[in-house]
Amino acid sequence: MGNDAQPQDATASVDFQEVQQTERFKTLRKRHRSFVFPMAVVFLLWYFAYVLLADYAVGFMSIKVWGNINVGLILGLLQFVTTFGITAWYVSYSNRKLDPIAAEIRNEIEGHEFDKDGNVISGAAK
Amino acid sequence: MNTMVPAAVNVEALKDTTLLNMGIFALFVAVTMVIVFRASRNNKTAADYYAAGRSFTGSQNGTAIAGDYLSAASFLGITGAIAINGYDGFLYSIGFLVAWLVALLLVAELLRNTGKFTMADVLSFRLRQRPVRIAAALSTLAVCFFYLLAQMAGAGSLISLLLGISDWGGQALVIIVVGALMIMYVLIGGMKGTTWVQIIKAILLIAGAGVMTAMVLAIYGFNLSSLLGSAAEAANNPAILNPGLQYGKTETSKLDFMSLGLALVLGTAALPHVLMRFYTVPTAKEARKSVVWAIWLIGLFYLFTLVLGYGAAALVGAETIKSAPGGVNSAAPLLAFHLGGPLLLGFISAVAFATILAVVAGLTITAAASFAHDIYANVIAKGKADAITEVKVARRTVLVIGVLAILGGIFANGQNVAFLVALAFAVAASANLPTIVYSLFWKKFTTQGAVWSMYGGLAAAILLITFSPVVSGAKTSMIPGANFALFPLSNPGIVSIPLAFFLGWLGTVLDKRREDPAKQAEMEVRSLTGVGAEKAVDH
Repeated sequence: MGNDAQPQDATASVDFQEVQQTERFKTLRKRHRSFVFPMAVVFLLWYFAYVLLADYAVGFMSIKVWGNINVGLILGLLQFVTTFGITAWYVSYSNRKLDPIAAEIRNEIEGHEFDKDGNVISGAAK
Repeated sequence: MNTMVPAAVNVEALKDTTLLNMGIFALFVAVTMVIVFRASRNNKTAADYYAAGRSFTGSQNGTAIAGDYLSAASFLGITGAIAINGYDGFLYSIGFLVAWLVALLLVAELLRNTGKFTMADVLSFRLRQRPVRIAAALSTLAVCFFYLLAQMAGAGSLISLLLGISDWGGQALVIIVVGALMIMYVLIGGMKGTTWVQIIKAILLIAGAGVMTAMVLAIYGFNLSSLLGSAAEAANNPAILNPGLQYGKTETSKLDFMSLGLALVLGTAALPHVLMRFYTVPTAKEARKSVVWAIWLIGLFYLFTLVLGYGAAALVGAETIKSAPGGVNSAAPLLAFHLGGPLLLGFISAVAFATILAVVAGLTITAAASFAHDIYANVIAKGKADAITEVKVARRTVLVIGVLAILGGIFANGQNVAFLVALAFAVAASANLPTIVYSLFWKKFTTQGAVWSMYGGLAAAILLITFSPVVSGAKTSMIPGANFALFPLSNPGIVSIPLAFFLGWLGTVLDKRREDPAKQAEMEVRSLTGVGAEKAVDH
């Protein structure tokens, strides 16, 4: 059954500001942001560079490279390749660098290590 | 290979296949109805109704996302655009695909971890509930409305081709039937039934497009270059292989294309019906898997449409396509008829219908959930409504939206489908995306910033559209007789999206109130770790 009766959330008593200040959480946040922000900038720049080329450099995009296949088609297909590539890269990065540390913090919180009444009970990296 | 002359497709012969089309479509409806009934037996709670009990796996949900996303505009619209305008049609599909990286990297997992049912859950998490929730619900309803209208309008033009019904009354009748079926799916099946419809449709659509792609490539000895050559020859215009045929005409049209590109790439991650799908999986990791599956399936599908579009240009011919009932949208069905005769046409037509049905169902449940959960339960009843009443309100909203969609579809019949969809993307990117990004990543973001950004983005997008050549002042406008097109571009994104980001920033720095830092900490910790996120519901 669902939890529509809204039972008291196991995390209701957690002091999230305390968790936010732990080194481990800061590491998780840094790892996440230092991957997703630069990557977002890179793919957006690459996409807009492509759109600008298709828009304003028609001559360049129309150069035939092989048979009837021109630069525009190759760059377009490369957009597919980079999209698939970034996806695979992000998945592998998350599995290695984000998921384990996120699971640790989650288990500690759910194990009541950050309850508001009293400080860290045990084990949490301060 | 040029013996495959366009004349091989006889549009009149299509009418003989009407019964077959209807038969295959009826089979699809029967099979999905059985599944929806079976799936609905466990619909008891709000989490069941809105979020399918969070019981889908990442791969199932990813397939359903592809089903939700690959609308009739994608399949018929992009194939037709490539067949007529060549390379410029391909540009659409690239924007539609790359956009998924925004969802994957910045939105999907964090959203799954912080919300329950709707986009507004996330946006109002650490801000003041009422104003933010109302704004988010209104923009959800606006986006769903435009998207719905596009799908229903598309249904009309499809019908004229696929069922050979060309009179207005007959088409209206079919729109009513499509709408009524959709209402049944959503009323009975809730999110679980809707999701299964999406999954089945996605598999049929991608498989059908895959088979057609293989057939086209086989004709050209699996040589893409000779397919392109043949397309250029049939079009009698080598420029069909180069960018610029549609958007390169004037400086304004070039700028318009930039605007469209911006709206496409930033709109996807802000579409409420896509965002809601992330709540149907149990964890953030499954949400990530969903996006990965969706990216692969959608990417593969768009590669197919490239071949299908040029294949239609080469084998059917632009003139035949343009003069067929349904116009540009008929490229894919005509190509199916050319490749596999009535049987393949029947299959592809049924899939196209199923596409509309499934997308409309997904939009309807999103709009209903937003109304019932955000406006009714949290604003009108101030959080005191019980879940049973909330679901009851959601079901009634489904009926209202269904009727509105049917009426809208009948009156929007014949309108430009691609424009309505691009409008939905522009509204989503302007009204929703800045607030989603700020509230997930900017500590200082405040309620005033959110409200300014959402209303400002929504109003700017809709106003600019109203005063654009889409509505008046051009031959293809909705009101061709009048001219109040003060804004030269058909897509407002290039103005309204940066404006909404700016307003979000301005509203925040001018806000004298500060938000609760404890809530910000809670949202940040929850979003990254998934602590306390509602898990799958066991039955």
